[in-house]
Amino acid sequence: MSDTGTKLDYRTIVRDGLWDNNVVFAQMLALCPAMAVTTSGTNGLGMGLASTAVLVVANALVAAIRRTVSLQVRIPVFIVLIATLVTMVDMALNAWLHDLYKVLGLFIALIVVNCAILGRAEAFASRNAVLPSVVDGLAMGAGFTLALTAIGLIREFLGSGTLFAQASQLLGPAFAFLEMRPLPDYGGALLMILPPGGFAVLGFLLAGKRALAARRARRAPAGLPQGA
Amino acid sequence: MDFDTLRDQLHYQPISLGIVALLASGALSLAYSATKDHIAAAELRDMQTSLAQVMPAGFADNDLLQDTVTLAGARGQPVKVHVAKQAGAATGAVFQVAERGYAGDIVVLMAVDAAGRVLGARVLKHTETPGLGDKIEIAKAPWIESFAGKSLADPAPEKWGVKKDNGVFDQFAGATITPRAVVKAVKGGLEFFAAHRAEILAGGKDGGKS
Repeated sequence: MSDTGTKLDYRTIVRDGLWDNNVVFAQMLALCPAMAVTTSGTNGLGMGLASTAVLVVANALVAAIRRTVSLQVRIPVFIVLIATLVTMVDMALNAWLHDLYKVLGLFIALIVVNCAILGRAEAFASRNAVLPSVVDGLAMGAGFTLALTAIGLIREFLGSGTLFAQASQLLGPAFAFLEMRPLPDYGGALLMILPPGGFAVLGFLLAGKRALAARRARRAPAGLPQGA
Repeated sequence: MDFDTLRDQLHYQPISLGIVALLASGALSLAYSATKDHIAAAELRDMQTSLAQVMPAGFADNDLLQDTVTLAGARGQPVKVHVAKQAGAATGAVFQVAERGYAGDIVVLMAVDAAGRVLGARVLKHTETPGLGDKIEIAKAPWIESFAGKSLADPAPEKWGVKKDNGVFDQFAGATITPRAVVKAVKGGLEFFAAHRAEILAGGKDGGKS
């Protein structure tokens, strides 16, 4: 695996991760965890943060060993690395941050099957040096966290009428101010909490992103090339 | 080392994969031994918190986590019973029961006094539909409190059901299967206690060994 010859621009990496090549909204990866856990903004945020941590370390490790790994066995090597990392994060959280683990516990194991992490190892970290790979992990993770939190907040607001319920359990008592109930009399539409609601919200958000991109393309027909 | 030529040789590939797997296993066993005691301590604290929820304060003066007896449940599965004692005499028991709900097992922790009355019950784990079935959680609704004080004689056995089945327990709008399963679980727990009452109240002597 040789490094890509193109010079890396950190701004492009960050932009790709956050928007142009967003894990959920552009690459359409990791939809399984994205649909499963985004029943509230807090859940989405927690899953996003945990995935980001794994993504950054996995990218760094893969980039560090990229020259010693044969092309033919790279996928099993990456999978072993990612699964090990996730298991260690799982055990460490369980041992030292047990209250947080009780909120996030379900999601941590799901990170192993998050194809976005293997995807970044394969598409970016195995071709780039450690530092750009860490930046890519951070940017992709931030984009993933934003996407999950956004989907979670919309589903939570429409489905239960709250915003960031139980945020203080995840982030500590200082963040209790995030927990809101904007419409006290609104009972919530259950459908939004159930899986179909997740697909519906994702569909509308994707359509919105497309519409935004289309409008931009119309305004600047000969402008700069747009990302995916 | 010249990895560029080495990488493409057949013998290098399985060996490199093996080394990675070996290193990963090593890292995992280190992490396991570093976290093992902390995890056990955290789970112990969780258990103590749950025990305190189903049993009124001051009901037991012994260490419930130490005084346990393991018996065979209705389906032959081992049930670990924590025996509550006051001044050395058994006054009740705490144990887990499980029943199949709408989407998987519902695990209920319940405390029973020596006369076979429910002291309290809490759902520890379930995968019921959010918004419909999750009212069995104390965090969502006080429904689970309705078991306190009930026994096999009160209400009568045929009344041990949700209202839809002519029982005494409320069901929730849109969810009958879930409360029905919890009622069945608690009733099963009381029957289990009645069947093993003598063993349980004499038990806890194997404290710490089981």
